[in-house]
Amino acid sequence: MTQASTLPLADDPAEHSPVVLGPWALVWRKFMRHRLAVISGVIIILIYLIAAFAEFVAPADISKTSVRHTFAPPQMMHLFAPGDDGSTVFLPHVKGLKTTIDKEARRRTFEIDDTKIIPLGFFVHGFEYKLFGLIDTDLHLFGAKNPRDTFYLFGADRLGRDIFSRIVVGTRISMSIGLVGVAMSLVIGVLLGGISGYFGGWLDGLIQRFIEFIRSVPTIPLWMGLAAAIPLDWPPLRTYFVVTLIVSMIGWTSLAREVRGKFLSLRNEDFIIAARLDGLSHGEVILKHMVPSFSSHIIASLTLAVPLMILAETSLSFLGIGLQPPIVSWGTLLKEAQNIRSIAQAPWLLIAPGTVIVIAVLAFNFLGDGLRDAADPNAH
Amino acid sequence: MLGFLARRILYMIPTLFLVSIVTFAIIQLPPGDYLDTLAADMGEAGSDNNAAIEALRVQYGLGEPMYVQYGKWMSGILLHGNFGLSFEKNRPVTDLIWDRLGWTFLISLLTLAFIWLTALPIGIYSAVKKYSAGDYIATFFGFIGLAIPNFLLALVMMYVAFRYFGQSVGGLVSPEYLDAPWTWAKFGNLLEHIWMPIFVIGTSGAAALIRIMRANLLDELYRPYVVTARAKGMSEFQLLLRYPVRVALNPFISTIGWILPTLVSGEIIVSVVMNLPTTGPMLLRALLVQDMYLAGSLILIVSVLTVVGTLISDLLLAWIDPRIRYQ
Repeated sequence: MTQASTLPLADDPAEHSPVVLGPWALVWRKFMRHRLAVISGVIIILIYLIAAFAEFVAPADISKTSVRHTFAPPQMMHLFAPGDDGSTVFLPHVKGLKTTIDKEARRRTFEIDDTKIIPLGFFVHGFEYKLFGLIDTDLHLFGAKNPRDTFYLFGADRLGRDIFSRIVVGTRISMSIGLVGVAMSLVIGVLLGGISGYFGGWLDGLIQRFIEFIRSVPTIPLWMGLAAAIPLDWPPLRTYFVVTLIVSMIGWTSLAREVRGKFLSLRNEDFIIAARLDGLSHGEVILKHMVPSFSSHIIASLTLAVPLMILAETSLSFLGIGLQPPIVSWGTLLKEAQNIRSIAQAPWLLIAPGTVIVIAVLAFNFLGDGLRDAADPNAH
Repeated sequence: MLGFLARRILYMIPTLFLVSIVTFAIIQLPPGDYLDTLAADMGEAGSDNNAAIEALRVQYGLGEPMYVQYGKWMSGILLHGNFGLSFEKNRPVTDLIWDRLGWTFLISLLTLAFIWLTALPIGIYSAVKKYSAGDYIATFFGFIGLAIPNFLLALVMMYVAFRYFGQSVGGLVSPEYLDAPWTWAKFGNLLEHIWMPIFVIGTSGAAALIRIMRANLLDELYRPYVVTARAKGMSEFQLLLRYPVRVALNPFISTIGWILPTLVSGEIIVSVVMNLPTTGPMLLRALLVQDMYLAGSLILIVSVLTVVGTLISDLLLAWIDPRIRYQ
């Protein structure tokens, strides 16, 4: 009797022993349960793919102006069109625009022309560009089948440039500023926060005062001062890096505080003391034992810092003291919508880039929230 | 309490010193100075006014080493309340700024009141009715509020007001009241305008505070003391306000410290968009034309007042929460 009941256990211990998951696998499993965060993660990956393949995704050349399409309104994409025999066929297209010139107001007014159809297709040939700056090609994800047709999914700006394509290309600058800025604040934050928390003492006091100082000063006036000091004749790349540097100056303080808090609480944990008694150097204790135990928290806080930087870049560029117009970013696009008159005339100048910014920022916030919940072992 | 007060004020001195140095460094960053521009302009205009320019140069120590210039500027401010001269407007900075600073801080403080008045009840509601429809709506708007940059919200509001309500947008009063003396009619007109910047600046702060209030209160709501009070037959409303809300309020006050700088920042950027007669447009203009003493003074005063505001919030917190002053 007793034998019978114990035998199966003894036979195959592997089958009954619980599956052992590593800490990262646990975090991953918890994260996958957070549906909103997963969706946001997918959106963010998509946005970065768009940023990487911007010219391929954009149907129109961003610097191509067209006097005939000043402030052309957005054209909606339709999927089905009436065929020759009256049936409905699948044909992605936009409706053409009919232009009339209003002589009194001295401007063009546009009307959707239902009879004119501009068929769209995938993998069409359009303007030439260099993919990744290396490969010459003129292939585009989608576009008008007849390369001479123009269409404006999100409308056109005051020079008749396609806003959709400009937003797609602007993704690259706006989203990468978030990443580069976060990388810079990571280095500063972990370094100063680590020193502060690990060594303590007067060094800790000094760094904490410094962080308090930065946090107690209103940032916008300071940034404005710094950004206004960038000479206008600097090459775009240098301006870009300086703006990123300015923007990253906010992110690191909260990160440094978090790292310090973690160091303080870990410093007296048994496994750290054991590691130190085993003769490990400071660097080894920090890198091998402390950093792995809170790296998931850091990833979560970094994710939450990215949207702050995106918003900061947009604000500065909007004011005209961040990135300057030949550079296309979401902020410089919004600069076109600076006064109420141009918004009243062409609301899409505001709506299109604004919506994109809100989506990107929301996605990062949700992703960060999900990661933070997943990384917290005490949350249920 | 007095010891705490003294310590906090002592801490403030290096902060203020650092603020002044950073400000001065920032306004010195652009190459050249305004007098170069002025001299070039005068030369073009044909008038030769070297003596005046030289006098200005000596007065501000332009061309001398940095620390001398800094010393002259600071001693002027501390000893004589003289913030220097606005080169562009050719008037003392002090004549130009106080009106605008007053508006900036009035709007910031009103926004703070707005944030409190909205975040407190909504936060309590969200916590008490956890996972209800109202909670989800509050959470949703909270996230949206955090995700929309201030200036974008300002533009959207202006567009909506202009398009659908036909309201004149921009400014704090309608154009016909601009130079009118203060009357009740003008005051009413001001109220019609001022809510918009307050709402725009306050949204993100209110959104953040609602989340904080909700989380804090949720921590308290299920504590044994709440259960005890309920078991003794206290009415739900009284019970809620008298104990858990009071405890949850503490971190609420400490947040003023970090909310004030963001409010002032927000006010500056929103006022540029809405063309309010506050610091923002003046600072932007001064920075763009390198009117360094005007820009520097604005940054300096805004920062110093914010630091003082943070100090007041800390003192308030210490007064309410004894744990902090005896730390």
